[in-house]
Amino acid sequence: MRATSFIHPLLALVLSPLMLGVINRTKAWFAGRCGQPVLQAYYDLSKLLRKGAVYSRTTTWVFRAGPIVGLAAVLEATALVPLGGEPAPLAFTGDLILLAYVLGLMRFFTVAAALDTGSSFEGMGASREVTFSALAEPALLLGLAAVARLTGSLSLSGMYAAMSLETWRQAGPVLALVTAALMVVLLAENARLPVDDPNTHLELTMIHEVMVLDHSGPDLAFILYGAALKLWVLAALLVGLLLPVRTGNAWLDVGAALGGMFAVAVAVGVVESSMARLRLLRVPQLLVGAGALVALALILTLR
Amino acid sequence: MTLPLHNGEQLNRAKIPQQNVAEFRQQVIARVREGARVAALFGLPGNGSVPMLAVLANGVSGKLELVGTEISGEYPALTPDVPQVHLFERELAEQCGVIPKGHPWLKPVRFVKSLRPGHDTWGRAANEQPLVGVTNFYRVEGDEVHEVAVGPVHAGVIEPGHFRFQCHGEDVLHLEISLGYQHRGVERALLGGPNKRTIHYMETLAGDTTVGHATAYCQAIEALAGCKPPARAQVLRGVALELERLANHTGDLGALAGDVGYLPTQSFCGRLRGDFLNMTALVCGSRFGRGLVRPGGVVFDVDEARIGQLRERLEQALRDVTSAVNLLWNTSSVRGRLERTGVLTTETAREIGLVGVVARACGLERDARQEFPSGIYQFVQIPVSTYHTGDAFARAYVRWLEIQRSVAFVREQLNALPAGPVRAKVGPLANNATVVTMVEGWRGEICHAALTDATGRFAHYKVVDPSFHNWFGLALALRNQQISDFPLCNKSFNLSYCGHDL
Repeated sequence: MRATSFIHPLLALVLSPLMLGVINRTKAWFAGRCGQPVLQAYYDLSKLLRKGAVYSRTTTWVFRAGPIVGLAAVLEATALVPLGGEPAPLAFTGDLILLAYVLGLMRFFTVAAALDTGSSFEGMGASREVTFSALAEPALLLGLAAVARLTGSLSLSGMYAAMSLETWRQAGPVLALVTAALMVVLLAENARLPVDDPNTHLELTMIHEVMVLDHSGPDLAFILYGAALKLWVLAALLVGLLLPVRTGNAWLDVGAALGGMFAVAVAVGVVESSMARLRLLRVPQLLVGAGALVALALILTLR
Repeated sequence: MTLPLHNGEQLNRAKIPQQNVAEFRQQVIARVREGARVAALFGLPGNGSVPMLAVLANGVSGKLELVGTEISGEYPALTPDVPQVHLFERELAEQCGVIPKGHPWLKPVRFVKSLRPGHDTWGRAANEQPLVGVTNFYRVEGDEVHEVAVGPVHAGVIEPGHFRFQCHGEDVLHLEISLGYQHRGVERALLGGPNKRTIHYMETLAGDTTVGHATAYCQAIEALAGCKPPARAQVLRGVALELERLANHTGDLGALAGDVGYLPTQSFCGRLRGDFLNMTALVCGSRFGRGLVRPGGVVFDVDEARIGQLRERLEQALRDVTSAVNLLWNTSSVRGRLERTGVLTTETAREIGLVGVVARACGLERDARQEFPSGIYQFVQIPVSTYHTGDAFARAYVRWLEIQRSVAFVREQLNALPAGPVRAKVGPLANNATVVTMVEGWRGEICHAALTDATGRFAHYKVVDPSFHNWFGLALALRNQQISDFPLCNKSFNLSYCGHDL
């Protein structure tokens, strides 16, 4: 394990809420508004951490464990994902499976905490969340499998270290398909448009937001911070494919990847500004479409 | 036998034909079969039996008809034959303590005590204060059927109302809407009027329809007092009414865009709504038109400089609205979201007596400005904007059509404003008289019916906001839809809670 391995997790811990700020600024720019401060997510987190939490009498320890387990799980995911060609602090053969399942664990506990409240809204949100993530997960795993097959490595760090501009020249179509599918997975998993609307106040239409309605104070801060980290992790997977800059200098490579991360945030903002949300019935079609893209990519690598 | 009269025509109360209940029912059923709609149906609560009055509106002949009867205790309900009166009969039962026998859905409307002491449809004790929202809700039983209750406290800044969904998974089997949280007792407070407070009650019946309700009220007063407001005042009322329509339609289109998560139109229309409100403020100093319309005419005149400024602002606002709204129609994801969401058929719309934008979006040509014109609309006609699909898209699109036509109307009127005073003197009201006025507010047909006593005071004043007709349309539009589409459908109707609860 190299010292430079820790650059990425540290950056993620510090900068992930900034991505939300960039998305919001992009949206504000499109709408002709000034928008909230870029650092608003940090202000929100510090405010929430200083507050107390309110717990309903109908909830149990499951409700309180949800945010903590969720944050712990996504922190582990952050430690698994490499950025800019540098290996991640945690790297071993098959760690891509672990990545998918720590994200799954995070979701499981969010859903369990939502169901624990006994609210009909949260039950509906939980049902939608598991339906859609059941379709998003195969797309993520198949996409990573296609990359694994292409690079001949079964560890995320190995896979991404092997990526270069040369890989794009040799297997451009495969990578393009995987990138497109990963973008859909990123939007769906992070409750962004066109799958979910992070700004809506309408409980009946929410997916992710409605599950965390009952959390308050530090618990809500954990959830918001966890969501920012999850966005970061999935964006890092995307940027590693799209922008495999390899100069030999770790700082330069990570710097380029960092630029890519914020470019992804801008892209998310552009998508949110230029289209309406899908009808919930159509969301599975989008996710299955993403699954079909990566399945095709996998077949291409097997030629 | 019915009594024909025009919109805003004063007649002696004694002329209203009083018939027995069977004849009354027959008349109402026959007129509705001929294509009339029931604009109002109400009882006059007193100590003895209850006089009941129906206002039938035939849009084709442009005639209003009054028919009366008297009931005591029970009478065979009209609802099974004329479904559009279902809410009127529930209101009648609640206010007057009579029982419409055979009413399939006899529940309280606003959860108030009966106004006829000793008579209560549900047999509640006289000292028992009914609790709003406490009633037997319809329930669907079965595996995987679940109930979702929303409100009366909502997440957004909107009025209180309770919505009960019976769902199978994400599909809505049934929606029941229970209102009454905003009941202020306006109609009771109007009795014995008009007085200094009356106009302010009218302007706040539904805060976003200030000009509409104030105009309907003023026309009633003018008819009862035999006063003719000057032409310039009539035009200014029309301009204010259309500006109100423009502001609200623009705001609605923006809010619809917001509900489907489409940011550009949402942000632009939010601002543009303010531009139209500011034009009203330029005329009278109030963004909502408060203090503008008064019996006898209007209070504020506009000079040449103001007219020029209004014209300029109108053109600028139309340009901006056009580009913001066209974004909606040109974005396939928005179209995909609005089309086939919350569909109502023309037949359903006619049967349940929908009015206004919602009815026109189902292909019904219902517009009081065309069918029962009053004021400036007697001389200038605005084409009726309809669309045939009956879905959320149609309700949005009809709003856009009306925006264009209202702008054309305002532009034309500002160019040819008649000279003269803006207010006439209003004398005392006629004794024992009755009048019905209809105004097409931005939501739809506003119907006011006033009856005076032997001293020229209000013996009864009935207000029917378009929302009263249309709330049930929302409940039907949700059948077999996704529950996640409810906010979008609700916004596309955008009905008033306080206009319903009064």
